[in-house]
Amino acid sequence: MTVVSEPKGASPPRRRSFYDKDVQAIVWQAVFLCVVVAIGWFLYRNTMQNLAARNIKTGFDFLGSEAGFEIGETLIAYSPAANYTRALAVGFLNTLQVAIIGIVLATLLGIAVGIGSLSKNWLVAKLTAGYIHFLRNIPVLLQIVLWYTILISERFLPGPRQAEAFLGIFATQRGVYFPVPQAHAGWTAALVGFLLAAVALTLMSRWNAQRREDTGTARSLFLPGVALLMGVPFLAWALNGAPTAIDWPTLRGFNLSGGARITPEFAAVLFGLTVYTSAFIGEIVRSGIMAVPKGQTEAARALGLKPSVILRKVILPQAMRVIVPPLTSQYLNLTKNSSLSVAVGYPDLVNVANTTINQTGQAIEGVTIIMIVYLVTSLATSAFMNWYNERIALVER
Amino acid sequence: MLKRSLIAVATATLALGICTTANAGSRLDAVKARGQLVCGVNTGLAGFALADSTGKWTGIDVDLCRAIAASMFGDAEKVRYVPLNTQQRFTALQTGEVDILSRNTTWTLTRDTQQGLNFAATLYYDGQGFMVAKKLGVKSAKELDGAAVCVQPGTTTELNLADYFRANNMKFKPVVIENLQEVNAAFFAGRCDVLTTDASGLAAILTKDAPNKGADHVILPELISKEPLGPAVAQGDEQWIDIVRWTIFALLEAEEYGISSTNVEQLAKDTTNPNIARILGKTPGMGKAIGLPEDWVVRAVKAVGNYGQMWDRHIKPLGLPRGLNNLWNKGGLMYAPPIR
Amino acid sequence: MEAAPPKILDDRAQWLRANLFSSPLNSALTILILVALALVVPKILSWALFNAVFAPDPQACRAAKGACWGFIVEKFRLMTFGTYPYEQQWRPLAVTILLLSLIGATMNLRLWGRRLWITWAICVPLMWILMRGGSIRIPWVLISGALVLTGLIGLARNIGFRDWRFISTLVLLLAGVYRFASSGVFDYPLFLATGMPLVETDKWGGLPLTLILSANGIVFSFPLAVALALGRRSELPVIRALSVGYIEIVRGVPLITVLFMASLMIPLFLPSGITVDKLLRAQIGFILFAAAYEAEVIRGGLQAVPKGQYEAADALGLSYWNKMGLIVLPQALKVVIPPMVNTFIGFFKDTSLVIIIGLFDLLGAVRLASSDVEWRIFYVEGLVFVALVYFAFCYTMAVYARRLETHLNVTTGR
Repeated sequence: MTVVSEPKGASPPRRRSFYDKDVQAIVWQAVFLCVVVAIGWFLYRNTMQNLAARNIKTGFDFLGSEAGFEIGETLIAYSPAANYTRALAVGFLNTLQVAIIGIVLATLLGIAVGIGSLSKNWLVAKLTAGYIHFLRNIPVLLQIVLWYTILISERFLPGPRQAEAFLGIFATQRGVYFPVPQAHAGWTAALVGFLLAAVALTLMSRWNAQRREDTGTARSLFLPGVALLMGVPFLAWALNGAPTAIDWPTLRGFNLSGGARITPEFAAVLFGLTVYTSAFIGEIVRSGIMAVPKGQTEAARALGLKPSVILRKVILPQAMRVIVPPLTSQYLNLTKNSSLSVAVGYPDLVNVANTTINQTGQAIEGVTIIMIVYLVTSLATSAFMNWYNERIALVER
Repeated sequence: MLKRSLIAVATATLALGICTTANAGSRLDAVKARGQLVCGVNTGLAGFALADSTGKWTGIDVDLCRAIAASMFGDAEKVRYVPLNTQQRFTALQTGEVDILSRNTTWTLTRDTQQGLNFAATLYYDGQGFMVAKKLGVKSAKELDGAAVCVQPGTTTELNLADYFRANNMKFKPVVIENLQEVNAAFFAGRCDVLTTDASGLAAILTKDAPNKGADHVILPELISKEPLGPAVAQGDEQWIDIVRWTIFALLEAEEYGISSTNVEQLAKDTTNPNIARILGKTPGMGKAIGLPEDWVVRAVKAVGNYGQMWDRHIKPLGLPRGLNNLWNKGGLMYAPPIR
Repeated sequence: MEAAPPKILDDRAQWLRANLFSSPLNSALTILILVALALVVPKILSWALFNAVFAPDPQACRAAKGACWGFIVEKFRLMTFGTYPYEQQWRPLAVTILLLSLIGATMNLRLWGRRLWITWAICVPLMWILMRGGSIRIPWVLISGALVLTGLIGLARNIGFRDWRFISTLVLLLAGVYRFASSGVFDYPLFLATGMPLVETDKWGGLPLTLILSANGIVFSFPLAVALALGRRSELPVIRALSVGYIEIVRGVPLITVLFMASLMIPLFLPSGITVDKLLRAQIGFILFAAAYEAEVIRGGLQAVPKGQYEAADALGLSYWNKMGLIVLPQALKVVIPPMVNTFIGFFKDTSLVIIIGLFDLLGAVRLASSDVEWRIFYVEGLVFVALVYFAFCYTMAVYARRLETHLNVTTGR
């Protein structure tokens, strides 16, 4: 109650200084910071007390100890004898795998759908618009679960023992098995050759663009490009023994083995993410193209350019400036939505971290790891897309 | 300005003062004050904890909670059941959301030490098994090389599975799904060759969840691990764990001395056996020692029967033999320390 | 098109030519699509309609080649209301109707005003009471919290020290803090018997749960979002930094981690002995998550308000709160209504994630229904049903948002 009586003693000259904008600013910020710090400290102290009272282990020591569980899909060598750090790395790589493939597919599909929805062909326009409106209004988790249920259901797909091959490809409840070339130095050489050819082609197109700037003339790189990309890998393959052996999937024991395999878990997550995100990207592309002034198309047509050239060289470059920022957030959304893998058992980062939390009982550490990894990934993606955005923005003169 | 900042500081100080006043006290007092036991159970596993369409829970894990509630309040209905999945179960106990975790949980060293849990006793001696479709023609777990295995994450099962295949130099592909229903659905749809969990769980799934009433599937003979399942409480409260532990022992003692839900009241009045008299509180002292009313065992047994009755009610219908869970003097492992 | 022959064609033929066969490429495309449709559509129709079973008979379903909509007929109540006690299901039904009509009313811009917001403020606690039933005990924490909040709001406004309002808010504030500090959290001064049986939140499920989570999430995240947006545009560096940090961190992580945190970690953050209901924890996680996204939308609106408006308010000597509350926010919020509705659609869809932390929303209820061994293989039909329900809600809102956009563009005339 003593506090209440104090305001009476407030002296007028001081009051003015309080209403001074700068002083007020500092006071408010100080108070606000105090409150935030106090809340943070309050939560921290509670947590520490709770953990200590119940004798729960804390810290990140567990990262070095043996994980002990098996993971279904791994891009790097992993066994139950590996430690938790490696298990989490496997999960993170799986996240990256599904996110990157998903982003590429969703972009291609989204651009197709977006352009299609502006088509003069009534059928194409209506179908693509229906696609966009229908699929973006169904939760992505539901789509993933629906895909998974269909892909593992005996009503829609046969079991591995009943499956019959089509061109050597088996579509079963356990996933899609397809033949791949048997591992051989020739294939590795071909891959290296392809990469080298791609690098060479990039350099050539740079040089070509420079020449166009300088002299105004440039040769088409289409034919040499195709020759380079096909020829170099072929030569590398032929010179390294020209292997032709193919690894066919065959029924062995319970399951098909050999060949390569796409699991239903991966496929469900990938389909769900791709389809859902492509609907959004389609809408973004559509509004991006609509944002390009009509005069641009008309001018291009007056110059006698072909419709495909107008789209590629006039409309899309301008639309990109409108498209890239929202596209970035769609890429980030797709990456974050890949965390829904946990619902169908695709071993992404969240799934592995979730298992880690359950096995070690260290929820705080587990959730912190997930958050930090996603934050870093998100920031890196934004940084890259901002860089790209600036680059295409420079095209404007 | 001075006044206002003073007030702000005073407010903050007072507000922070609050957190020190919140004091949980002992768990027993908290439960008594609440008038209700909060019991963490499985989200749905026949024989252990399963809710029917009206929301009534039954099972051996549920009966333990009912027995504790009965001995504390004289009313087995004073329990609130919190269904927990594998992810939530330990946190729920650690944070005090539930008083007791009675959820077919395996007693292991790390859980008992590092994870803030204290296991009271073993309620059910189990082991991990495998279920396969009959048409696969598999007779032994040793033939499972290359199989796809459905398993729930975050369980000892998941770790034993990896150990077993490693030890036998076999390979497998795990299909790891969090939700029990979805693991079962994936297995019965044919996503995996094998479903693995505790043998009791497999039996429950076979009777309740398998198509064709379980005629198409078979549980393999091997048990690959020891799974002592029992209730756990949070660390740091000796009195509370004693109550949980000795309730189990009392239910076992009751079976050993032939005390059942039908004759318990009769015996409590006119037994001449000094052991039974002590257990049922005719000779007072035990209740006081544990911090419960003297007739605590009478109340518990009246509500749920003795351990054997619990077993017959919930586990027998699953077609499981009593085996290890028989009393020590009938060839099993169930051996309760004396109540004296 | 430009080379249209000067024949007199019937309208329909002209339309076909213009829209389907305008060029060789288009003609080819049209034919290709028609062939594909002719192949696919009959298959889908025969699965979904002609060969489908609509009677709740699992044997007939197994025998049939098509879909089994009988599953939805049989389990309709379970899918809609989850595990809520059967004979009490009029309560979630009432809540659903109440919420839907409230949302419908809110969609009508003419009804916007103090009366509507007060109705919302009354209905939100009413819904919880109706769903939960039993006797409602109101702990001191809530009452003190309300008192402290009133006091703080009073302090935040510029009221003179000798003003009676200042003194009374101060008294309220101190009373609140005193009561809070001295009572302990288990004291419940108010007791309200509803006369309805108690239904714990872990039995809530289905459509009402989805609606409650999203409606509450949107309503309660909104003030926080406004505060964050203002904070991010603030000239005070500390407040700006904290707002930016919060917004960017929350937007950088998936919702599922926020829900994990809410479901696993909130109990660890609180003093021992205090537990928060599982549903409420998910709800809190949701609110905190939604606020960050909404804040960014509102920030867009704040940026759209012409600088002259800010300057004019400053010139009039308005305080910060008056400037924002009376001049800037009304204009900013009006601009962001359509994108806001789109954000809400996103959250409505996102509520499906609570299934991962073990709540039975619409999706969870369908999974529960399909755990019945008789019906398990017809899970797909259940999921399709839920997908259509979600689509119906989201598409309605999306159409509404688009119409609103046109409407607002016309009325603001900018």
